[in-house]
Amino acid sequence: MSEEVQDARQLTDYYAQMVLIRRFELVADQMYKRARIGGYCHLNLGEEATVVGLMAALREQDYLFTTYRDHGYALARGMEPGRVMAELFGKSTGVAKGRGGSMHMFDAGLHMLGGYGIVGGQIPPATGAALALAYRTTAGPEAGAVLCQLGDGTTNIGAFHESLNLAAIWKLPIVYAIVNNRLGMGTAVEAASGEPDLYKRGASYRIPGERVDGNDPVAVRQGADAMLARAREERRPGLLELMSYRLKGHSVVDPAKYRSQSEVETAQAADPVPAFRARLLQADVLTEESARAIEDDAEEKVGAAVAFAENSPDPAPSELFDFAYAQDVPNAPRALPGDPLEVEL
Amino acid sequence: MSEIFMPRLSDTMEEGVIARWTKKPGDAVKAGEVIAEIDTDKATMELEVFEDGVIEQLLVEEGATVPIGQVVALVGPGAGGGTGGTTTAAPAAAAPEGPAAREPGTRVPMSPLARKIAREHGIDPDTLAGSGPGGRVVRQDVEAAIAALAPGGGAASAPGTGAPQATPAAPSGTGSKAAPAGGPPPPAVVAGPAAAAVPAAGTTAGAAADATEIPLTQMRKATARRLTESAAVPHFDLTIPVTVDPLLAFRADINARLAEDGVKVSVTDLLVRAVAVTLRRHPKVNSSWDGDRILQHRRVHVGMAVAIEAGLIVPVIRDADAKGLSVLARESKELAEKARAGKLRPEEFSGGTFTLSNLGMFGIEQFTAVINPPEAAILAVGASVAEPYVEEGALRERTVIRLTMTSDHRVLDGAVSAGFLRDLKQTLEEPLRILL
Amino acid sequence: MNAEPAQITYRQALNDTLRAELTRDPNVILLGEEIGKFEGSYKITAGLLKEFGPERVRDTPIAEEGFVGAAIGAAMLGLRPVVEIMTLNFSLIAIDQIVNHGAKIYGMFGGQTPVPVVIRFPGGGGQQLAATHSQNLEVWYAHVPGLKVIAPSTPADAKAMLTAAIRDDDPVIFLENLALYNTKGVVPDGEQVAEIGRAAVVREGTDLTVITYSRGTLIALEVARRFAEEGISLEVVDLRSLRPLDRATFCESVRRTSRAVVLEDDWLSYGIGAEISATLMECAFDYLDAPVRRVAAAEVPLPYAKPLELAALPDAEDLARVVREVLAATGFRS
Repeated sequence: MSEEVQDARQLTDYYAQMVLIRRFELVADQMYKRARIGGYCHLNLGEEATVVGLMAALREQDYLFTTYRDHGYALARGMEPGRVMAELFGKSTGVAKGRGGSMHMFDAGLHMLGGYGIVGGQIPPATGAALALAYRTTAGPEAGAVLCQLGDGTTNIGAFHESLNLAAIWKLPIVYAIVNNRLGMGTAVEAASGEPDLYKRGASYRIPGERVDGNDPVAVRQGADAMLARAREERRPGLLELMSYRLKGHSVVDPAKYRSQSEVETAQAADPVPAFRARLLQADVLTEESARAIEDDAEEKVGAAVAFAENSPDPAPSELFDFAYAQDVPNAPRALPGDPLEVEL
Repeated sequence: MSEIFMPRLSDTMEEGVIARWTKKPGDAVKAGEVIAEIDTDKATMELEVFEDGVIEQLLVEEGATVPIGQVVALVGPGAGGGTGGTTTAAPAAAAPEGPAAREPGTRVPMSPLARKIAREHGIDPDTLAGSGPGGRVVRQDVEAAIAALAPGGGAASAPGTGAPQATPAAPSGTGSKAAPAGGPPPPAVVAGPAAAAVPAAGTTAGAAADATEIPLTQMRKATARRLTESAAVPHFDLTIPVTVDPLLAFRADINARLAEDGVKVSVTDLLVRAVAVTLRRHPKVNSSWDGDRILQHRRVHVGMAVAIEAGLIVPVIRDADAKGLSVLARESKELAEKARAGKLRPEEFSGGTFTLSNLGMFGIEQFTAVINPPEAAILAVGASVAEPYVEEGALRERTVIRLTMTSDHRVLDGAVSAGFLRDLKQTLEEPLRILL
Repeated sequence: MNAEPAQITYRQALNDTLRAELTRDPNVILLGEEIGKFEGSYKITAGLLKEFGPERVRDTPIAEEGFVGAAIGAAMLGLRPVVEIMTLNFSLIAIDQIVNHGAKIYGMFGGQTPVPVVIRFPGGGGQQLAATHSQNLEVWYAHVPGLKVIAPSTPADAKAMLTAAIRDDDPVIFLENLALYNTKGVVPDGEQVAEIGRAAVVREGTDLTVITYSRGTLIALEVARRFAEEGISLEVVDLRSLRPLDRATFCESVRRTSRAVVLEDDWLSYGIGAEISATLMECAFDYLDAPVRRVAAAEVPLPYAKPLELAALPDAEDLARVVREVLAATGFRS
């Protein structure tokens, strides 16, 4: 297979994943509004290129930790759309058995070790995972590494700096990927960060940083590839800043009134999905027909995902204490509200 | 929805105990129907509703002490017009936790363990005296009671007294008086399901501290309060012997005549009547002290002190000077019975103008009684005794009763009371005067 | 000739156990501030760096949130990190990682990845370390489902319970106490693995149960010895596990003795004793002859000055006084 053909397949695949994420998130938005989904629901709309580019760079042996804006990562890392949607629906077939919801996608087998709802909460554990890799494996091109995705607002958290410092002094195989969508909820990066060039924020720890266009999956992949290679082979952590933009509000229920109309128009003009489509059409990688086939396929997959989620059983209350502890322990509480204390004498 | 409140049922009543609810939530009631029995300081009274309806809620638990005016029940229109009809006592309205002194029906502070042991041994917690903080009944108190009850377990009793005295124990919730309506007077000691003897402290035989705690009934409290007030009254006592042979003959004669009517006149009845007619002639004695003035009563209402288990009560025979002997006899008998049953209505034990206290049946020859305030005087009647006397140089025998009159010196002076006594003596010694 | 069994300190028992587990399982690593070259603030890890090297006995920068979180992440990949936090007080800096992450990861993600991490720290006041360095906030952790919280009071338990904690698949908070490190006791040789979640009756008695844990156990045993001289028999229950809480053991004890006093090092309101008392209301209500009493720390930030510190912390005299009060309230005579 020629390199050109291989590239074309890859690019087509990127587009297919981006379309799947786009479709999934639009439907998730609808399902939230139809009250099929509860709690918070943060969408990757506008961040599809970033997600797909990062996941393309990640290998099977690598580990992934993300923020709570994690549906796209779950899909791109290989989770069944039906099980991701089922998790949003709180069903027992969900990827976290309905216990995590939107913010907590997880699949141990796929080394996706969680979306984390506490901002910055994923960074120290991700760093620890890199420590475990460093402790157990030898550096080399095939060694595993950790990708820790985070948002722009997270770079001001202590855990971020403590973790970068640990990764630097312990020489850990980890790449911290900042998805800079310019807004921490409604606060602009410039308003929140003393150094708004976020890729420079590893400088205190001598961690090299790089900024790439988050709307281009190929650029994202290339940037991530280079940093992950340094992590695998040299055990050098890296800091990758991906310039992106949210098409919608912080979460489904956020009308994003804090953005000006011109900002929104600029963002929509730069929407990575149609942009990438046009680029592939222009490069003859896609035809209008093949593009539409990909889009129809995504629509069908997401429709099936909703059907799967709808038809999945709710977790039974009797399963409430199933995962109280990984290892059984005497006297573990099992009382429901108002139950008398069970004391076996 | 109408509120049923604790009524004022006697002149001295400040609070009452809901002895027993006779209706429950959901019951339909008619105006005038009785929904509860209330222990006042004087008697057990009936609580009536004023309008037709359905009992919505009983807000107070049986045994709870409630001040006058507090709402104790809600009566609604019924037919689905009310709120949940099965609600019972609101905790807030329950008897207040008090210090060691317990009122009938008040919850006994008791450790859970002690409560459990008592329950297992069928011991009524109300019979137990607590040795713990705040009078809490603790395990050792119950165990002492059990030990005392056990055959041969009377180590706690003093030598020679045999089994320890049983503490009067009211059946739970009914307060101090427990006779079923219309039934006979209760025995002197009302035993609970398991009347227990409870030495308050210590188990050493003959210990001086041995005592049985008897909770104060409302009536006992009222009696104590009234008599304490009375002790502050400046008073004097006058005693006069009365020859009663003619009176006794007179009584025998009357009883023979009235036997067909089922009437039996007692000496007390004759005394009441004699006192009443004498009072009519001595209005100064038929008076009461009213703080800044003296009230001289135009009508004569004679009270007779009656000892009952729960305390002392004085049923009053109204217009005793205007009632014939047979009416008076019947009335006094009824009142005494009602008093013993705790069924006196307020008007039957209040408003007396003079009181008679008779301990003659106990063989007491002479005693002084304590004034029943605000009345001006009380007459203590001793036993009739045969005694020798000299008449025209010859030794003879006669039957004498000694009357001792205690007078409130603020109202009466010696001569006034003495004059009254002299006339009373004359009336009794010439019994036909009694009929006048 | 039978020699007295050798007694070792609580500190030595911990040190021995860490060494034994590092030797036994290569997945066991130690993390913490000054645990390597400095050999630990309280010398629990003395000699271990030399023996096992810096990969396994890893000094951390002063970054509790970072290194506790890192230990959690390493545990997710199958290591068995044992983290030392210098004192309980500093664990508050890491509490997000402990409570929001360590305690949640197994259950919240549907039981896919256990987090076999041990977080050790000493609690306790009484060393004139003033308010920020003398706290007993174990109940904060004991409140949280997903954690196991244990508190050994003797060198033997320190060994058996630390061994159990390291081998346990869940995050375990291992509460030590500054006042216990130098206490001595006989520690059985060979492998000893305690069962987490079990309390122990450490002294049997008939008249009153003292329920306590950690340092309190030593105080309670001392008080019990004194009362025994008067013919009063106290039973002492060492909770050992604060979560899960072994209710059955102390309920059974109090049902027998009908009197209970809780001795706790934490502050009174909402403390360990509050939980014990509430439990007794349910499991021993009909057996109590007096209200359950609690002997806990005075509710102030602990002052530095010795007389104030002594006044604030519960001690043997406080316990003895309350025991007498409860006995008196039930008319107890020995």
